[in-house]
Amino acid sequence: MADAAEKKSLSFQDMILTLHAYWGARGCAILQPYDMRVGAGTFHPATTLRSLGPEPWNVAYVQPSRRPTDGRYGENPNRLQHYYQYQVILKPSPADLQEQYLGSLAAIGIDPLLHDIRFVEDDWESPTLGAWGLGWEVWCDGMEVTQFTYFQQMGGFDCKPVAGELTYGLERLAMYIQNVDNVYDLRFSDAVGEVPGVSYGDVFLENEKQFSKWNFEVADTDSLFAGFKAAEAECQRAIAANVPLAAYDQAIEASHLFNLLQARGVISVQERANYMARVRDLAKGSCKAWIDSQSAAWTAKYPGWTL
Amino acid sequence: MTDFLLELRSEEIPARMQAGARAELDKLFRAQLAAAGLDVGDLTIWSTPRRLALIAKGLPEATAAVSEELKGPRSSAPPQALEGFLRKTGLTQDQLEDRDGVYFAVIDKPGRATAAVLAEAIPAIIRAFAWPKSMRWGKDSASSESLRWVRPFSGIVAIFGDELIPCEVSGISAGYATRGHRFHCPGEITIGSASDYAEKLRACHVIVDHEERQNIIRDGAANVAADAGLTLVADEGLVIENAGLTEWPVPLLGRFDEAFLAVPPEVIQLTARVNQKYFVVNDAAGKLANGFVCTANIDAVDGGAEIVAGNRKVLAARLSDARFFWEQDRKTTLQDHAKKLDRITFHEKLGTVADKVERVAKLARWLVEEGIVTDRSPANAGAQSGTEQTAASGSPGPRLSPGSTQELADQAELAARLCKADLVTEMVGEFPELQGLMGGYYARAEGLGDAVADGIRDHYKPVGQGDDVPTAPVTVAVALADKLDTIFQFFRIDEAPTGSKDPFALRRAALGVVAISLQSNLRWSIMLTGAAALTGSIFREWHTEKTQPFIEMLEALTPLINSGNAQELMGAVGAVLKTMPKLNAPNPEVLVETVIAGAKVRDFFLDRMEVMLRGDGIRPDFVRASVIIDGDKGKEDDLVRLLARVKALQAFMASDDGANLLAGYKRAANILKQADISVAPAQAGAAGSSVPNVAAPAFAGATVVDQALLAALDAAEPAASAAVAEERFTDAMAALASLRAPIDAFFDGVMVNDPDEAVRTYRLGLLARFTGAVHGVADFSKVEG
Repeated sequence: MADAAEKKSLSFQDMILTLHAYWGARGCAILQPYDMRVGAGTFHPATTLRSLGPEPWNVAYVQPSRRPTDGRYGENPNRLQHYYQYQVILKPSPADLQEQYLGSLAAIGIDPLLHDIRFVEDDWESPTLGAWGLGWEVWCDGMEVTQFTYFQQMGGFDCKPVAGELTYGLERLAMYIQNVDNVYDLRFSDAVGEVPGVSYGDVFLENEKQFSKWNFEVADTDSLFAGFKAAEAECQRAIAANVPLAAYDQAIEASHLFNLLQARGVISVQERANYMARVRDLAKGSCKAWIDSQSAAWTAKYPGWTL
Repeated sequence: MTDFLLELRSEEIPARMQAGARAELDKLFRAQLAAAGLDVGDLTIWSTPRRLALIAKGLPEATAAVSEELKGPRSSAPPQALEGFLRKTGLTQDQLEDRDGVYFAVIDKPGRATAAVLAEAIPAIIRAFAWPKSMRWGKDSASSESLRWVRPFSGIVAIFGDELIPCEVSGISAGYATRGHRFHCPGEITIGSASDYAEKLRACHVIVDHEERQNIIRDGAANVAADAGLTLVADEGLVIENAGLTEWPVPLLGRFDEAFLAVPPEVIQLTARVNQKYFVVNDAAGKLANGFVCTANIDAVDGGAEIVAGNRKVLAARLSDARFFWEQDRKTTLQDHAKKLDRITFHEKLGTVADKVERVAKLARWLVEEGIVTDRSPANAGAQSGTEQTAASGSPGPRLSPGSTQELADQAELAARLCKADLVTEMVGEFPELQGLMGGYYARAEGLGDAVADGIRDHYKPVGQGDDVPTAPVTVAVALADKLDTIFQFFRIDEAPTGSKDPFALRRAALGVVAISLQSNLRWSIMLTGAAALTGSIFREWHTEKTQPFIEMLEALTPLINSGNAQELMGAVGAVLKTMPKLNAPNPEVLVETVIAGAKVRDFFLDRMEVMLRGDGIRPDFVRASVIIDGDKGKEDDLVRLLARVKALQAFMASDDGANLLAGYKRAANILKQADISVAPAQAGAAGSSVPNVAAPAFAGATVVDQALLAALDAAEPAASAAVAEERFTDAMAALASLRAPIDAFFDGVMVNDPDEAVRTYRLGLLARFTGAVHGVADFSKVEG
């Protein structure tokens, strides 16, 4: 029985393709990952900046996410410094968002009359993005598989209208569906004819080892500090030059360099709050510049819309 | 009479908010209907994660008709006045009544149909509904004015009898249709009336009554455990939370790898409960077993096997984290862990946790060396019984031999030095609730001995009403020192609680101190202990061997401290310091700050005692009367002695003698007040320039009654003060009782305000002595009634 289920279950890449097909069929533009190092799918400008303003926005994408402090040199079966989030943004949030989401679980092979799906209160907050929302973590048989959030604020600004955000933890979900206990044992792709499939470990184990070492031991802290300062300055220049998208890239860069500095253990508790506030200022500044650059178009197209 | 059903649906309401939401719905519904003149009897209010439901039985069909009369202008008034009145009432002139030249408008308001009232009330309730946190959603949220709800609002059922109440909020109209279980019955179901609501939902896998779901979980979880020969560890909080997460609860038993039982049971229980909302189970011997009970929200097609397997896996991952922490933490001694406490700020102005630990360790040692905490085990020493014997037996008994005092002091200091070390362990980092407990485990594992391990484990106790109050000497010393340090230090930096703000939980700490002190009959002066606690931090070099002269100085300055006059106090402290060259004269200003903080803490404790004893049914005015010592000589600053005083006073005031003596006291105080004689009660005999000393019985105008009162006072005064000195407060009250007959006879037999100035003065003097004698025992002026 377990054997049969295992054979039928989707590989990691097929799960992603299934989600793409599912959300694409519901009107989402399927975007590609943002080409910068970020800590979560929420940092993609398609979420951060596009969740602001009155225009409808429906997208789905995979975002590789880097959390340097979570690295475990490939030795922990559940923890990675680089992993994937599947991100869906629906603005305004549709009335049947929960049903659509549950449909996506069914599509990747989770039967809600066999497995216990639950919406458990979990309010989301990102201090570095100046953002918060209300929602749940979605449990499947006691495991958190998705963060489900109605954005209330982004960059310190009210979301008008509110966007619904779904963040699937792809590795967790795949481990669940494929019934494996170690992330590196996941089937990334299935064998096709003579061509063998690859495991998650084939693709990423060496990355985890090397990047854990670099994050924790090797990365040059002087250049990280210098990089942080440079990104901060460049962000402010870009804001002044009214190119908020470019400014936001630098805010992302500063945020990631800060995460790396944390992993290197060179930021004290007192400094930590200060650095976070600096990143937040960059993110908020970028959001504000974005709003300023778009407001005229927004109000022209959506009379009565106000910030 | 007709029944009304209201159902408000939304996406999943957080479990912890459902009880509050039911109360809010009850309140708003009653308020809306009361405003329309409708009385609401019993309401049934239910909640599930996806709905709030209300059933009001037996509402009338219509509100009662009322007639309203409005007085208008005189008929002779200018036309503008009449026009204004017509506008206001919406009537024409011929509809007004002219009564003796004044216009009246009589407006008959017919009864309104209840259905109409409800149609207006429902949107008003929804809009006024207060959630702890609410949100906006959907396309309407483009405007700031859109409806707010705890999660997206999705539907209304409103049926009066079998009639739909038409109403609409934010584009959502009331209807007959509701939804069943999200997975078992996802379609619409039609409700006919309040009477079939619960049963129709039940047929669609929704048990709408939260109490019924709680019962299913409570009993079902116990049953699945019992079927496996296990006993459920009851947890009502989990019962309620799981009932708030499910519409169709199904408790399921799972097992985990027995090897995890090497981890302390509290850790397993906490992981299971907090992270996963599982119950845990005990084996036949009452020890934690390798089982858990989760509560599913479906009748799974496979009977729940997959659900249990999935939950077991999640729990295993959690427990292996916990086991990793447990093993990792024990590789380092508590002493080494404690070294990292200097990285944690306790409070900006009070340094790091390491600084606090240093202070607590010294204070814990001091409490032992001063004989405040001893190795005698005076638990149940009867502080609560409030007899005078209690207080007497509490006075420091035979000291321990110096050797064992040193041993106890060493243990207390060691436990104090290690009591916060677990804050930097991985386990407590993950589960802050386990602070103390883990320290106890790690200490025992290191072989530090039970007394020290228990002291570390229990030093936060008691954390609330009903929590265990420590009695083991080492634990008592650390628990007391930790709380006292917190209280005195925050008062020193002016961070006392105000109103509802108590960010450092000082009130809770004070209640803990009171409970520990009363439980073990600990005798300590708040002022002097405060001096030890505070000088330990400010003048560290003074500590222990050099504290004594300072304490003596404090005693000498008590009246000044009570007066709260900082300037005067500073002068006095400066003068005293000059006479103590050994003390290395610290800055008097800092010293005064310290002393004043001590006095504030004393008042804070007295106030807490009043609050706490009020909870035990003791009148606050009895506490206030017992706080004042012998007129204005000082305030009580020994909690055990205060309780003995209060109890004696309460018993006395319940007797005839007490009630009558109080009446006599009030009468005497009134007469003295009218005579404008301010009697400093303590010196009553010598008080007020116009009152002579009436000790001499040979006053020419004295009657038999005067003489009898004087004789009674001569006997009662020394008896009362001796009893007070020996803390025999019931005896002191008895001494006062002996004054009752003479004072009654005095008021019956003589006139105080005798025309003869000399007689009058003499009698006022007698009364002043009488009130003074009473004040020597308790300040009756604070007693009400």
